Amino acid sequence: MSTPATELQQDGYITADGRKIGSVMMDLRSITLRFGGVVAIQDISFDIRQGEIRAIIGPNGAGKSSMLNVISGFYQPQQGEVWFLGKKRPPLKPYQVARQGIARTFQNIALFQGMTVLDNVMTGRLNHMKTGWLAQSIWLGRANKEERINRRKVEEIIDFLEIQSIRKTPVGRLPYGLKKRVELARALAAEPDLLLLDEPMAGMNVEEKEDMSRFILDANDEYGTTIALIEHDMGVVMDLSDRVVVMDYGRKIGDGTPDEVRNNEEVIAAYLGVPND
Amino acid sequence: MTEAAGELASLPALLARNAKLYGSKAAYREKEFGIWQTWSWAQALEEVNAIANGLIDLGVQRGDCIAIVGRNRPALYWSGIAVQKAGGIPVPLYQDASADEIAYALGHCNARYVIAGDQEQVDKVSDISDQIPNLAHVIYLDDRGMRKYDHSKLTSFAELQKRGREQSDQQELARREAELSPESTCVILYTSGTTSRPKGVVLSNHNVIETAKNSCEFDKLSNKEEILAYLPMAWVGDYIFSIGQALWTGFCVNCPESQDTMQADLREIGPTYFFAPPQVFERQLTSVMIRMEDAGKFKKRMFDHYMKVAKRVGPTLLDGGDVSFKDKLSYRLGKFFVYEPLKDTLGLRRIRVGYTAGEAIGPELFDFFRSLGINLKQLYGQTEATVFITQQPDGGVSSDTVGVPSPGVELRIDDTGEVFYRSPGVFVEYLNNPESTASTKAQDGWVATGDAGFIEDKTGQLRIIDRVKDVGKMADGSLFAPKYVENKLKFYPDVLEAVVFGAGRDKCCAFINIDLTSVGNWAERNNIAYASYQELSQHPQVLDIIAGHVNEVNQSIAEDEMLAGCQIHRFLVLHKELDADDGEITRTRKVRRGVIEEKFNDLVNALYDGSDSIYTETEVTYEDGRKGKITATLEIKDAVVATAAVKAA
Repeated sequence: MSTPATELQQDGYITADGRKIGSVMMDLRSITLRFGGVVAIQDISFDIRQGEIRAIIGPNGAGKSSMLNVISGFYQPQQGEVWFLGKKRPPLKPYQVARQGIARTFQNIALFQGMTVLDNVMTGRLNHMKTGWLAQSIWLGRANKEERINRRKVEEIIDFLEIQSIRKTPVGRLPYGLKKRVELARALAAEPDLLLLDEPMAGMNVEEKEDMSRFILDANDEYGTTIALIEHDMGVVMDLSDRVVVMDYGRKIGDGTPDEVRNNEEVIAAYLGVPND
Repeated sequence: MTEAAGELASLPALLARNAKLYGSKAAYREKEFGIWQTWSWAQALEEVNAIANGLIDLGVQRGDCIAIVGRNRPALYWSGIAVQKAGGIPVPLYQDASADEIAYALGHCNARYVIAGDQEQVDKVSDISDQIPNLAHVIYLDDRGMRKYDHSKLTSFAELQKRGREQSDQQELARREAELSPESTCVILYTSGTTSRPKGVVLSNHNVIETAKNSCEFDKLSNKEEILAYLPMAWVGDYIFSIGQALWTGFCVNCPESQDTMQADLREIGPTYFFAPPQVFERQLTSVMIRMEDAGKFKKRMFDHYMKVAKRVGPTLLDGGDVSFKDKLSYRLGKFFVYEPLKDTLGLRRIRVGYTAGEAIGPELFDFFRSLGINLKQLYGQTEATVFITQQPDGGVSSDTVGVPSPGVELRIDDTGEVFYRSPGVFVEYLNNPESTASTKAQDGWVATGDAGFIEDKTGQLRIIDRVKDVGKMADGSLFAPKYVENKLKFYPDVLEAVVFGAGRDKCCAFINIDLTSVGNWAERNNIAYASYQELSQHPQVLDIIAGHVNEVNQSIAEDEMLAGCQIHRFLVLHKELDADDGEITRTRKVRRGVIEEKFNDLVNALYDGSDSIYTETEVTYEDGRKGKITATLEIKDAVVATAAVKAA
């Protein structure tokens, strides 16, 4: 079973818990990414569909984060095409990708440590602000109204992620688990169509993981956000995601529903190892 | 009295009066999306009417019990009034109650409807819906996560109000409201039940309105007061403060944004009338002390200096006593530099009347807040009395008494020392439980509190010793009052909870729970590593500290002739926190002595058989209901028992 059979209807499918998954949102076709002589990603193709939670898993160094960086536009693959919403995506700067409706969180938290939670989440609204810096700095006319609309949206997300009590706390003073949640808040504040999460549960205790899982599911349910995530915790991945891509040494070794992937021999071998004889 | 008996017969009538008298004045506030939203009395009346009409539209019949479960929110307070207006009976339940506990209450009062705060509460109710065949419909307030649910027996609060506003027949509501009288049931509140299943206390409009009126007059509360509604809605205190007194005087009820933001919201609102159990004050004091440890040298010295001044003269000044000119001046300066800024940070700057009750409060803790100029007093009450039995008047405050009888309350102490009372607030009955009603409430209206106490000669105030059934005799016949000893232990910030054994035995022994915040902070400062509560609790240095506290307590008990026999001979520090989820304490944090003695039977035996340590396995329940097991080897320490003959010397 080298290429796991995931038969997909052209116009989506119904998940185990009864959600409707739409058509292909992002299509990655034969992506190859090299750093000098090192091949990080080797001829990988898969798609992400509207409304689904898609996981990318694999051992350390498998190329998961590189894959996410290709999706987010941070890396340009040497070969292959990225199709987004039915159009082939030309090489873009990361901020241009963000404008297309893709937001992300980072493996090692990238927040403004000295700013409050509220201000950090506000930065996520940048793409929704249209007034110039001059109008904003003297708080004039449209800038004022715009700030109020955006603040309202940010407050809704703060409420959604239950971080009201730390609204005015500088991020640097927060414990790790909460910082992760603030990062998620910032990404959600951008109201993305596609949300990329790079190891959202790394370093968390069981309770924090459960909270985070709930928020990810709720965000998918409440805002209809499509989510692609990288995660090491197999239990979490299998519970959360609708479909899973498995990578090993830059190659795709499995793709399908959690159950299909779990029974894939190559996947088992990559994770547990195989006897030599 | 005549006023209350007239057209102000019920809570809906009070609401209508307020809407007429104080129409545009703020009645309810709630922080949402970072901003305080305000509803005036007129708006509140409109909201309540919409809910009441919606309930009638949904099929609520006269006499239907409707449970309300969720955190403090204006919409749920309105529901409490609207249910009565629609002819139903509101039954507030504790939001942190387990599905089991909720099932019991819903089944016991035969509830037909539930108004739930959010998805969590809806889930609990739907888990047990097969046990409550009478349940017709559930209404939910927060629609988050509710989209996927089957809505055949579910309605959102917004939808309910919408249907209520579209209701064309306004006459039905008016008819039902007109039927309300002082005697009609205002609310059913479930007591926490330290020994048995909770009992449903039925309170009439007369109980609630008369009590609210009397207590407001006692403290001269006006419609200018601001309160923060943060204590459980199912607790009688919150019912009286946030519904009874608020409706009577027309003051404003403020609801915090979430449970975690209570401290910040407290500061923003700056209530003038405030109630908190001792734990809340304790937490505030602990956080002040911890933060002062981190403060700069200058600030720290200023704080220490002026706190000494406050301790010396603050309480006297608060009671209107006289102090020297020099002290007065120092206190003034202290007020400017320390007390006022500190009170502002704590959110207590505008407090005119503050109460604490529920548990005994430590004298140090009590005096700390009073020395800052906060008018903190004690009251004694219970659900069956619609809260008030005794309360302390301004200028007559001490930490070991609970005050003089509240207006309209008669007090009597019988030969066994049990306290009895009779008042307008005396409850109607326990729901579906005539035996308990008869054994608690006599024909002539006197109610047994179950507490033993006496009137202090010096002050004329009531002093409570312990629960009557807990006060016992030791093997040698001397008096045993466990709570008295436990409270002395709990006054130490390091001690969260204590359970003392000794009834019918030859000596007293104790279980002690350490307070993770306080001891954890100490550990951090002293570079002591620990991985868990269990490990910290058994750390030799922690055990030594606790032993020190126990010895001091013994010393102080020895001074009391009557109770000298209650000194603690041996103790151990428990490896887990006593938890309501495990049934060891009640939801209002009262120790369930019997349950603990049975559950930790092996530990109790070890305390008495002289062993040095004991290995034990304990089942624990996690918040989501799963069960687990923890094992530990606990060390048993001997305490120094002071000689009782202090008086002879």
